[in-house]
Amino acid sequence: MRMWRHCLISGMALWLAAASPASAFIAYVSNEKSNTVTVIDTNNWSVIKTIKVGQRPRGIEFTRDGKFVFVAVGDDDSIQVIDVAKQEVVDTLPSGPDPELFALDAEGKILYVANENDNTVTIIDVEKRARLGDIQVGVEPEGMAISPDGKILINTSETTNMAHFIDTATRQIVANVLVDARPRYAEFKRDNSEVWVSSEIGGTISVIDPAKREVTKKITFEIPGLRSEAIQPVGIAMTKDGKTAFVALGPANRVAVVDTASHKVTKYLLVGQRVWHMAFTPDEKYLMTTNGVSNDVSVIDVAAQKVIKTIQVGELPWGITIAQP
Amino acid sequence: MIRWVVAAIGLSIAATPVLAADATEIGIGYLGRAGVKPKLSLVELPAENDGVAGARLAIEDNNTTGKFLNQRFTLEEVRLKDNEDVAKAAATLAERTGFIIADLPADDLLKAADTLRDRGALLLNAGAIDDRLREQDCRANVIHVAPTRSMLADALAQYLVWKQWKRWLLVVGSHDQDKLYADALRRAATRFGAKIVQERTFEDTGGARRTDSGVTLIQRQMPTFTQQAPAYDVLVAADESEVFASYLPYRTWDPRPVAGSAGLVPTSWHAAQDQWGAIQMQNRFVKLNSRHMTALDMQAWTAARMIGEATSRTRSGDPKAVSDFLKGPDFSVAAFKGRRLTLRDWNLQLRQPILLVDGRMVVSVSPQEGFLHQVSELDTLGADRPETKCKLR
Repeated sequence: MRMWRHCLISGMALWLAAASPASAFIAYVSNEKSNTVTVIDTNNWSVIKTIKVGQRPRGIEFTRDGKFVFVAVGDDDSIQVIDVAKQEVVDTLPSGPDPELFALDAEGKILYVANENDNTVTIIDVEKRARLGDIQVGVEPEGMAISPDGKILINTSETTNMAHFIDTATRQIVANVLVDARPRYAEFKRDNSEVWVSSEIGGTISVIDPAKREVTKKITFEIPGLRSEAIQPVGIAMTKDGKTAFVALGPANRVAVVDTASHKVTKYLLVGQRVWHMAFTPDEKYLMTTNGVSNDVSVIDVAAQKVIKTIQVGELPWGITIAQP
Repeated sequence: MIRWVVAAIGLSIAATPVLAADATEIGIGYLGRAGVKPKLSLVELPAENDGVAGARLAIEDNNTTGKFLNQRFTLEEVRLKDNEDVAKAAATLAERTGFIIADLPADDLLKAADTLRDRGALLLNAGAIDDRLREQDCRANVIHVAPTRSMLADALAQYLVWKQWKRWLLVVGSHDQDKLYADALRRAATRFGAKIVQERTFEDTGGARRTDSGVTLIQRQMPTFTQQAPAYDVLVAADESEVFASYLPYRTWDPRPVAGSAGLVPTSWHAAQDQWGAIQMQNRFVKLNSRHMTALDMQAWTAARMIGEATSRTRSGDPKAVSDFLKGPDFSVAAFKGRRLTLRDWNLQLRQPILLVDGRMVVSVSPQEGFLHQVSELDTLGADRPETKCKLR
C-alpha cells in the first residue's frame, strides 16, 4: 500500500509535470504579405488562430501585462492593438508614416516607434493613445532598443548607418555611432555592458560599449560554401544570463550561436529560408524564428542548440512575440 | 562649456550640430549634356532632370547623415550645350568640387578624365554603359556606377536560359550602339548556352517617331519583318537608338515574347522595384521630384551615396582620402539591391544585381540562382577579372 501510494504520488507528479504549462506559452507571428497574425500554442506547437490585421504587419510585441499585442502595420501608417483574450484587433495607436519596429519602456507606458518614411522616431503615450512627439534621426530608422536602466533608447538608421543614442528623459540624441551598412536591429545585454547592432548589408554585428559609446568589437560570420554577401544578420536574441546570443542571418538560412564572452560563433543552426526575427519562450527553453521566404517558424531547443520543429504560418512571416497565455 | 561637453562625448560623434559653423563642406558636381534622348514611348520620355534628380536625393540623404558628422554636401549641376567643350567644363567644375558625377557619352567621359588626371578630382560615371571604358580605355580616376552593356546582356541571358528560352531571334538596329549591344548579347548567348538561330538588321531609314496614323503602318510592318524565321523561343532586340524595338511586342509573326530593348528589359533600376527596403527610397524620390525614379536617377543616387559613404567612414572630405577608401577593400555600399555593392578592383566597376523589368513590374533579378562564381556571383555579370583588358593608370 505504501509502495502503491508512492507510485501514485510520483505518477501524479509526472502527470502534473506533463500537463503543467511549463512550455504552454502563446506566440504571435506577423505575416508581412498575408496581412495576418498567426497565433501559436507552444504546448503542442500548433496554430490556433489567424487574425486579420492591417496592411504589411511587421514589428510585433506583447504589452507588459500580456493582455494586448501591438503590431505595426506599415502601409496603414499605424500600430494596431490586438486583444489577447478576444484574439482580434480592438484599437489603433497613432504613429508616424510607415512604422516598422518599436520599443516599449519598462513600465509599458511609452512606445517608441521607428517611422521608416520620414526619418523620425515617434513617441506614443500608450494609455492616452496620444502622440507625445517626434525625434529626428537618420535616414530610414529601423532598429529600436531601450537600455536596461531605461535611460537610453537606441535607434538604428538603415541608410545613415548609425546607432543613435537617445536620452529618454530629454528626448535628445546624445551620441551617434557609425556601424556597418544597413543596421537593422539593436539589443542590450541585461547588465548594460554591451549593445549589439546587426548590419544586414555589412554582414556584421557591431558590439558597442554603452558607456564609451564606441564600437569595441565586430562579430563576423563565415559559413563554408556560402558567399559572404548571402550572410545578412538581422534579428538578435540574448539569453537572460547574457552568456549566449543567437543571430538570425537572413538569406544564409541560419541562426548563429555566439558566445558573448569571446564574441565567437560556436555553431550555425540551419532554419527556414530568409530568417528575420526571433523570440524566446519566457522560460528560455525554446527560441522561435520567423523564416520569411519559406513561410514558416523554426523552433530551436536552446539547451540542445538544435532545431526541433517547423510550423507553417502565413506568407512572409516577419516578427514574433511570446508570452504567458 | 560647450568645449567641455564636446570633450566629454568626444569618443563618439558630436551629438547635436553645435559645430555647424565649421562643418566640412563636400561639393559634388554633376556634368551632363543638355537635352534628352528620344524614346519611342511617350511614357518613357526622360525628364529634363533625369539623373541629377537622383543625385539631389542622395545629397539630402547624405546631409541627414552629415548633420550627425558635421559634414555638409552640396550639388552643382553643369549642362553642356552641343558645341561646348567638355574638357574645359570639367576643369572649371573641378576647381570647385572634388567629385564629379558624369552622365557623358564615352568619348566625352575620356576627355574629362584625361583633363582631370593631374587635378585630383574623381569622376563617377553614372551614364555611359560602354564596356571599353572599363576595358581598353579604362582610367584610374573614373569609377563606374552605371552597369556595362555586357552586364545587362548577361543578366538577361541568365534569365532566358533559366526559363529555357534558349533559341533567340536577334534583331539589331543599324546604329553603332545597337551593334555594340548586339555584340554583348552574342557574347552572353555563347557564355550561358543560348543559341542565336538567326540575326536580322532593322535599318533606320529615318522618319519621325511620332505620327498621326503610325499604328496602322507599324501593325503591317512588324509582322512582315519577323515572318519566316527559323523556330525560336524569344525575340531579342538590340535597339538602343529607340527606332523599332518597342514596336515588336504583340506584333511578331510568331507568337513569341520579346526581350532586350523592349519587352523584358535588363536595367539597373525601375520605379516598380520595391524589395529590400526600396519602397522608402522610391517614396522619398517621388516626394522630392514629383515623378518616378529611373535607372539614370538611381545610378546618380548611388554615385553620390558612395561619396557620402566614403566621407562618413573616413570622416574626411578630401578627394584623395575618399578616392582611396572607395578603391580599397573596406568599401561597400547599400543600394536597395538585397546585398552589398563593391568595386571590381581591376577596373573600378561597381558590382550590382540587374533587374529584369517588363515596364510595369520587376520580373526577376539577376544573377540567377545556379550561376556560380568563385569570388562573387555578381561577377557572373559582365567581363570578369581573367578577361579584362584594363590596365589602370
